[in-house]
Amino acid sequence: MTPSVGAASAQGSILELRDVTLRFGGVTSLAGLTMEVRERELLALIGPNGAGKTSVLNCVSGLYRPQEGTIVLTGRDGARHALDRLAPHRIAGLGVARTFQNIELFRHMTVLENLMLGRHVHMRGGVLSGGLYWGRQRDREVAERRRVERIIDFMNLEPLRSAVVGSLPYGNQRLVEMARALALDPHLLLLDEPTAGMNAEEKESMARFILDVHEEQGITVVVVDHDIDVIMDIADRVVVLDFGRGIAEGSPREVRNDPAVIDAYLGRKADAP
Amino acid sequence: MSLECGVFHTRYEADMGLRPRPVQRIRLGVFALFVLLFPFVAGPYWLNLANQVAIATVGAIGLNLLVGSTGQISLGHGAFMAIGAYTSGLLTLHLGVPWGASIFAAALVTAAVGAFFGLPSLRLKGLYLAIATLAAQEIVEWGMTNWTAVTGGAEAIVVPAPVLFGVRLNSDFAFYWIAVLTAGGAALFAANLLRSRVGRAFEAVRDQDIAASVIGVDVFRTKLLAFATSSFLAGLAGAMIAFHRNIITWERFTLSTSILFLAMIIVGGLGSIRGSFLGAALITLLPAMIDNLGRSIQDTAPQIAAVLPYAQQAVFGIVIILFLIFEPRGLSRLWGNVKDYFHVWPFAYRRGESGAR
Repeated sequence: MTPSVGAASAQGSILELRDVTLRFGGVTSLAGLTMEVRERELLALIGPNGAGKTSVLNCVSGLYRPQEGTIVLTGRDGARHALDRLAPHRIAGLGVARTFQNIELFRHMTVLENLMLGRHVHMRGGVLSGGLYWGRQRDREVAERRRVERIIDFMNLEPLRSAVVGSLPYGNQRLVEMARALALDPHLLLLDEPTAGMNAEEKESMARFILDVHEEQGITVVVVDHDIDVIMDIADRVVVLDFGRGIAEGSPREVRNDPAVIDAYLGRKADAP
Repeated sequence: MSLECGVFHTRYEADMGLRPRPVQRIRLGVFALFVLLFPFVAGPYWLNLANQVAIATVGAIGLNLLVGSTGQISLGHGAFMAIGAYTSGLLTLHLGVPWGASIFAAALVTAAVGAFFGLPSLRLKGLYLAIATLAAQEIVEWGMTNWTAVTGGAEAIVVPAPVLFGVRLNSDFAFYWIAVLTAGGAALFAANLLRSRVGRAFEAVRDQDIAASVIGVDVFRTKLLAFATSSFLAGLAGAMIAFHRNIITWERFTLSTSILFLAMIIVGGLGSIRGSFLGAALITLLPAMIDNLGRSIQDTAPQIAAVLPYAQQAVFGIVIILFLIFEPRGLSRLWGNVKDYFHVWPFAYRRGESGAR
């Protein structure tokens, strides 16, 4: 196993980051990061605080624009898209959905409205058809409602359907945010610390949802998390970041035993030889 | 929305209706009946006020879509109404365009102008955007008073009364039906808009613009759409003012008009269509009430009556401040509280959340 990340061939990869560098003033958040996400895998992105994990997600979803490097998504149709040049809403249109570390839901809306917004890119209709709400536009709304109800069913959110999101407990909000991301019918799902601030039971059910999404629906998932135990249980492959660089990649077991990882992330034992 | 026991829907169409519950439909029916019968019992004074309320409702709904639903402040709605008024008035006066067509054309022109003045929202938010729209107000005001060749400057433009099937609609009774239909149409349009794709995008931009962009909402486009839709209704209201008064003067569309409309939606309830109506009604009727009060105490307390007209602005200010302090969610929320109270009456142990628009 090589300590450098991204040497693997691009075969079957749906997302490729090449030499991505992101700076904020004097601070370098990503320092020439090269990595890939393979089709239908559950990739975990781990690393100590400030390693640049969230920056990776923000670059992929278009919220940050890297100064150097390229980010290429292979779309559902096989076409390749340079994400580093697209606006966030265009990237969402390509099927990249995500959640945030500090839940970014529409707090004044109900769960249902949040999920309907998740369907935005798949819907049509402008001001006029919306204002008239007649015929086709009404059918569209109802059809999307039907799809949203399936997600509500999948995530067990039925009792919360018409609750205002801001009034829900934290754990539930995380589920709603995940459901909203799923409503986009993602080609690539990015989850930023989906189990942060959850208790053991909630973590377990979240991990279960992530696995279901990945295995049953065959969605490619990238998870950023601090919780090593959860990551090691569910990930197919792990990429470890430190100071904006990839320092290791491989199966959870390989990564766990990688000396560079132990150094950087898990900490060196005081009595280590 | 407060939960209603015993009301079940078996189809999403029914559940997604604007008035999904029977009680709501009954209330709406009662209100419609009142609106229908009102002109037959009310005198010309009250009819005139009712028309003003209906027109103000159209403008307030427009402004509320922008400020309340999309979270973009505009201090330029007085100007947008002016563009509607002048466009429709001049089209009818000089080109002989029928009043209905000229009102519609005026609204479209205003929508375009509004979208143009919404361009700064690409970069500016909150107070900074407010100042940018203030510039729109000042530019249009300057144009109204100085582009004398077109607007007549300080002179008033006299607009011919609307004619329908050969009948001149120059009475408040006749105009009432136009005004009420337009206001009702605007309310229905806005309510539908807010429960559909674009309306949800409006609210998403207001609540969390980063999250909105990440789920695929084109934030800038949505803001411009909100500016255009809002200005369309402002233009509609302005054009109706022109045909209601049959006279256009620039004084009706100054910055204080913009602020008056902001006051309507704040007092009524931001983001609420019902609130737009309630706010428009209160702010329009309040001066009339104060006038009436002044007249009725003319004999008993002439000193107070003499001061009252000057106190009008102060009363206005006080009303707005009181609302901001005691019920920031406006009249709409107060009405919601009343409904919730009777909803569970006489069992007062459950408090519902009333979110109906």
